[in-house]
Amino acid sequence: MFNLEPFLDLPLIWYSLIIIAVLLYVILDGFDLGVGILFPFAPSDTCRDRMMNSIAPFWDGNETWLVLGGGGLFAAFPLAYAILMPALYIPVTLMLLGLIFRGVAFEFRFKAESSRRIWDYAFHFGSLLATLMQGMILGAVVQGIDVEGRSFAGGSFDWINAYSVMTGIALIFGYALLGSTWLVMKTEDATQDWARKSASYVLGYVGLFLGIVSVSMPLMKASIRELWFSLPNVFFLLPIPLLTAALFVLIWRDLHTGREYRPFFMSIGVFLMGYLGLGISLWPWLVPHQVTYQQAAAAPESQSLLLVGTAIMLPVVLAYTAYCYYVFRGKASHESAY
Amino acid sequence: MFDTLDPVLLARIQFAFTISFHIIFPAFTIGLASWLAVLEWRWLKTGNVVYAEIYRMWVKIFAVAFGMGVVSGIVMSFQFGTNWSVFADKSGNILGPLLGYEVLTAFFLEASFLGVMLFGWNRVSPRMHFAATVIVACGTLISAFWILSANSWMQTPQGFRLGDDGLLYPTDWLAVVFNPSFPYRFAHMIVATYLTTAFVVGGIGAFYLWRRKHEKHARVMLGMAMIMAVFVAPTQLLLGDLHGLNTLEHQPAKVAAMEGLWETQRGAPLVLFGWPDQEAQTTRYAIEIPKLSSLILTHDLDGEVKGLKEWPRDEQPPVAWVFWSFRIMVGIGMLMILTGVMALVLYLRKRLFTTPWFQYWCMALTPSGFIAVLAGWFVTEIGRQPYIIYNVMRTAEAASPVGSQPIALSLAAFVVTYGVVFGAGVYYIARLIAKGPAAEETAYGDHGVPKPPLVAPRVTAKGGEHV
Repeated sequence: MFNLEPFLDLPLIWYSLIIIAVLLYVILDGFDLGVGILFPFAPSDTCRDRMMNSIAPFWDGNETWLVLGGGGLFAAFPLAYAILMPALYIPVTLMLLGLIFRGVAFEFRFKAESSRRIWDYAFHFGSLLATLMQGMILGAVVQGIDVEGRSFAGGSFDWINAYSVMTGIALIFGYALLGSTWLVMKTEDATQDWARKSASYVLGYVGLFLGIVSVSMPLMKASIRELWFSLPNVFFLLPIPLLTAALFVLIWRDLHTGREYRPFFMSIGVFLMGYLGLGISLWPWLVPHQVTYQQAAAAPESQSLLLVGTAIMLPVVLAYTAYCYYVFRGKASHESAY
Repeated sequence: MFDTLDPVLLARIQFAFTISFHIIFPAFTIGLASWLAVLEWRWLKTGNVVYAEIYRMWVKIFAVAFGMGVVSGIVMSFQFGTNWSVFADKSGNILGPLLGYEVLTAFFLEASFLGVMLFGWNRVSPRMHFAATVIVACGTLISAFWILSANSWMQTPQGFRLGDDGLLYPTDWLAVVFNPSFPYRFAHMIVATYLTTAFVVGGIGAFYLWRRKHEKHARVMLGMAMIMAVFVAPTQLLLGDLHGLNTLEHQPAKVAAMEGLWETQRGAPLVLFGWPDQEAQTTRYAIEIPKLSSLILTHDLDGEVKGLKEWPRDEQPPVAWVFWSFRIMVGIGMLMILTGVMALVLYLRKRLFTTPWFQYWCMALTPSGFIAVLAGWFVTEIGRQPYIIYNVMRTAEAASPVGSQPIALSLAAFVVTYGVVFGAGVYYIARLIAKGPAAEETAYGDHGVPKPPLVAPRVTAKGGEHV
């Protein structure tokens, strides 16, 4: 039977692919959700129309990366999927409900007249709830999950504590940064001015929360502390916090010198750095401190089959995703587009 | 407060509810996407703006339905893990790659080009726009291919082995993907989605004709829908029959439940109606046609048909559900075929578009496809119980180690959310229908009437395209 195991380290490749899929989701749907988080604070309905139009052609494709992350986890690491999903039953369900309200708001808002306000709020609170839950899931997972045998062994509410609430709020500010810098890039005039102000305001909070997470992670687990602060690791890892700090300074400057494109891409850079730091701290766990990516790996035949499809399809997907962003390049208008 | 409730039952209800809600939208959008592609092709080919106006009306309805399908579909991709984690762990090696292929080959395709289809009118050429429509239509079909393959494998599993660790391992991918029931289920379902769409479109067309509105558009809608009723509805009967024979071969208990037959017998009767009583292991008040069941299932008047008593009680599916759902599905199928016959007769008498009673009939059948699709899925999914993977894994062994409380609460949350979303979706679709095609263009545009001065100028491209 078809098997690439003798030639490739399949679990490692799939671990990387899942990490990339989740990262793409966080960045791409991150700015969509960020726009939703900022939505009710926009100065006018015209601004809101522009904000919505700036992401309407993309949100569906962006959200698909979440399905790839979830589906990919199921396909490549079924054990991790089978442990994490029951453990995160409630936050995953709430996230899905949030995404439902956020998603239908796009279609309904364009059609609504008198009830438009309702869908404005469905869009905002859906985005807010989904983001809060994603952040709390992150906080719960890094703290660890009770496992016995091949199953989750904890309680339904293990995921709620002060730390996960903190990471939830942190992600809200993180996505708001992506959303506001996206709007700086994709809108003009009053909307852009407002987005610029929001971005500089949000930037401070992002820095604060990134600091808290960076300090708390090593404090939580001795192994993480050792990883970051022992020699010679410290020299290899030092560029991550330094680069992050540099990005913050640059975003701040760009927001005050009228640059339109760079703040968005540097905000992505901030996310990349945070993600990298997190990934290094959690390596090689899929369920932290319980199940590694090797232990959770699906049969090599299964990973091989899907890898062939991924090797062919992923570049194609990325190409036509890029094409769609190209088709809808330029500033968003406030007029109903269809 | 929910501790007395069985978590497995709650998880089953939750899955049944969320998947039933979800399937309504793909059942509509698969057919609608293909139809939109046909409309756009006709428009590009003939330059007849009526096609474009119909397209533009229905693409908005498509967007609403597709959006609801997407958000309810994402729920499904997580439910394997949240409610059925033991199943996910054991079958992940086999089903994981199939679902992975669905995401990679279909979901991205649909989601990305949907944006071009909806918002790309004045950003890409008409040809590219047509390509986007065709790509979205293909995406919906590819998606159906993978998910129906996965479902069919759970019905008729093959190409795997049971490992020492209790997990399932693939041994032959082609056997997994093209498992015995897959070709039949795929054909039956795709045709079902086409018929569902046809009867919705036909019903709306009939509504406009009855109201004497948008008559040019309504004739195209009703006409195209009736072409489907004439040719495709009988085809569906044939496909359903073949699917049934395949089920008889691989899942005879399901067929026995569909037929309401308890005793194994030669020359088995066809039970038209009756009340299957699982307690007493009999079908009460049965109205039967002698020997017809044997004739249909074995193509022989005295062929042997297995009865439900062949299986111990704990391996029988819930018979009444399967029995009645099957009758609803077949009954609607028959009404669809009858519609086709009536349409043909009326067409030959040149009264297809002017017969009021036929307009009422078509309006009444507007939701028929949805009911038939749901009933059909009830037959096949309830009919394979008590197994989640037929003869390999029982549903009761598949559930997550989650208590009743979170399942009951999340079920309630899904019911409320879906109720709100569905209500709003139906409301907005109804408003789009009430508005009709070319509502803005009727007074001017291509109809030779000068444009009123206060209307904003519209971009007019080749072929009289209104944006």
